[in-house]
Amino acid sequence: MCGNEALAEAAIIAGCDAYFGYPITPQNEVPAYMARRMPQEGRVFVQSESELAAISMVFGASATGKRAMTSSSSPGISLMQEGISYLAGAELPAVVVNVMRGGPGLGNIAPSQADYFQATRGGGHGDYRTIVFGPSSVQELVDCMILAFDLADQYLMPVMVLADGILGQMMEPVVLEKKTSRELPAKDWALTGAKDRDQNIVRSLWLKEGALEAHNNKLQARYEQIQRDEVLCEQYEVDDAEIVVVAYGIAARIVRGAVTRARAEGIKVGWIRPITLWPFPTEEINKAADEFRIFLNVEMSSGQMVEDVKLAVAGKTPVAFHGRPGGGVPTVDEILDKIRQLTLRAKIPV
Amino acid sequence: MKTVFKRTPTLKDCVTHYCPGCGHGIAHRLVAEVIDELGIHDRTIGIAPVGCAVLAYDYLDVDMVEVAHGRPPAVATGMKRTNPDKIIFSYQGDGDLASIGAAEILHAGHRGEQITVIFINNAVYGMTGGQMAPTTMIDQVTATTPRGRVGAEQGYPLQVSELLATLPGTIYIERCSVHDPAHIRKSKKALRHAFELQVDGAQGMSLVEMLSPCPVYWRMPPAKAMEWIENEMTKVFPLGRLKG
Amino acid sequence: MTGKDFYEEIVIAGFGGQGIMLAGKLLAQTAMRAGKEVTYMPSYGAEVRGGTANCMVVIADREIACPVVSKPDSLIVMNKASLNKFGPRLKNGGLLIMNSSLIDSKPELDDSIEVVAVPADELAVELGSHKSANMVAIGAYLQKREYLTPEDAAQALPETIARRYHKMLGVNIEALRKGGEFVRSCCGV
Repeated sequence: MCGNEALAEAAIIAGCDAYFGYPITPQNEVPAYMARRMPQEGRVFVQSESELAAISMVFGASATGKRAMTSSSSPGISLMQEGISYLAGAELPAVVVNVMRGGPGLGNIAPSQADYFQATRGGGHGDYRTIVFGPSSVQELVDCMILAFDLADQYLMPVMVLADGILGQMMEPVVLEKKTSRELPAKDWALTGAKDRDQNIVRSLWLKEGALEAHNNKLQARYEQIQRDEVLCEQYEVDDAEIVVVAYGIAARIVRGAVTRARAEGIKVGWIRPITLWPFPTEEINKAADEFRIFLNVEMSSGQMVEDVKLAVAGKTPVAFHGRPGGGVPTVDEILDKIRQLTLRAKIPV
Repeated sequence: MKTVFKRTPTLKDCVTHYCPGCGHGIAHRLVAEVIDELGIHDRTIGIAPVGCAVLAYDYLDVDMVEVAHGRPPAVATGMKRTNPDKIIFSYQGDGDLASIGAAEILHAGHRGEQITVIFINNAVYGMTGGQMAPTTMIDQVTATTPRGRVGAEQGYPLQVSELLATLPGTIYIERCSVHDPAHIRKSKKALRHAFELQVDGAQGMSLVEMLSPCPVYWRMPPAKAMEWIENEMTKVFPLGRLKG
Repeated sequence: MTGKDFYEEIVIAGFGGQGIMLAGKLLAQTAMRAGKEVTYMPSYGAEVRGGTANCMVVIADREIACPVVSKPDSLIVMNKASLNKFGPRLKNGGLLIMNSSLIDSKPELDDSIEVVAVPADELAVELGSHKSANMVAIGAYLQKREYLTPEDAAQALPETIARRYHKMLGVNIEALRKGGEFVRSCCGV
């Protein structure tokens, strides 16, 4: 089962009631899988006329209290930003998968991590955030999908799963099961027909003076809570490390290969791998920067997450960067070379 | 004393934000009356557009959502597909339905979504200050056609209902008007039929277009606006059943 | 060839339609059945038929770091363009399985690389199925590497290929065996 199919099956396990999507490479296995599986489960699959429509269909299903998702790749996700902003404003849960490809523009269909800014800064208009996962294996992709539906319902907001062409296409053994369940609030806001109760309204327009500011403050308070409670990251051999490599997603897998080899050469190197990209593991990185260590950020972009790493390090230690934009994939050797170079720098007393 | 007319419960008891002489108030009342007469208040979900009717949920006492400009038919698709037992209607203006949402209405009709669409055609963008709409008449002066609409430059009035009637997925399309009592009664009949089709589970989309006055941006008094519908608009947008 | 340090990175390449992806999936499935860690990564391009196709498989007895293979331990190439592209990336001391039916020249590679030339197309045609050349190559590869056998692959085949192609199971299993036999007889394994 490839990553795209695994994430689709994970959504079904998570209780996704409806999938809406529009074809785009490299995530076409998702709609194809859903077209077959959702009707088998008595659930909804619609191929929409555009990504604008797909995210609006998600909006509609979600407004009635159903679990809904869509998936796309970078150019399609740009079109979906309208609906994602409306979901955030209207406090509606949804799961959006971005199997990233090279950009800007039509770019190419090679794997990429160039949509980090778009995903972690909200992406569309207005002061909002989305929870963003950056899984680095097919198993983690599955686990993140299942968690994403719960988080969306808990915090009433869109949750994005950032994968890339490699993760979507690769196959790995995977266990498909829902491991944990959260206690979730009742959806008493859902549009189900005003039977024996007052009318429910789902809206993002707040015209009365001060009303939108109050609404934004409410959202921000929720985002603060998420930053406190929902950060996920993995650390490996950071304690004695002179160099700490930070990477997420498939880039982190390549980093792992390089770090393993560097350790074999006797270089003291470890890694920190954010699993949630927003909320970002700022505290964990800041703590690791208390000791003098050189941070190396590796991304399949010209440098996006590196800004968050620098903010987290807060000037305590240097942050180096190695990136490959436009669908370029860094090799283990490239990263290993970079680590070796930094070792020389680490030895210079400050 | 005998009550011959009263506010129907689904229409809220409040003053609307609509301008004097606007047709939205009439259209809202008709929708509310039909919902109450069909006894579907408890299972109806309405979709408000971006446009003058964006606050429709302040006047219609059913579950409602307000959505992005042009996207009501896609939102309605998401709702109806996941809730086939609910009655879903979208209430859209000409900018919302015929311009920015042209793809959404076309494809919802094309897929034969079992929804009811209420299309208010007042030949102008009201909310944003009277700009040209796809349905703006030739020679009509608007904020963005200061010398009047010229077909060769800005296109001709778009007859969306005729276009949608060609799709196999649409089952009922009728163009009505709210410019006088007789036509208001006809409009209500059409709306009732459109909702009934959905209640009966008929396979496809139904749409009622209503020609509606916008005296402020037509730059004429309300009574004159009603005459303009009768004398001018109906020439380009002929009334009657286009399908079903 | 197994143990904690076992870590085999494989690239399989050819032109579209040669069953490159299926060969990779079969290898991955076979290894997974044997309880090994495994990743499979296809190239995906605009091409559906023709063009080039390749996939990367990593098989190990410990957790796999990176599914992207830049320097393979083993390379299976089914046509000349693929040999030209991936040959130079082979690790020194690595293994090259090449389809000599479609590659006429001797590759210019480091002396430490072991080259096994398998006339995969001819052997497949002998079995009456020219499409099974990929299976011949996989059989030869497994026979050579020995951490799994062509028989293991035969066991994994039914769950790797779509049910509608199950009528082809028999000939493909024969092809896997034939690849193995070829290596046993020609290379003195």
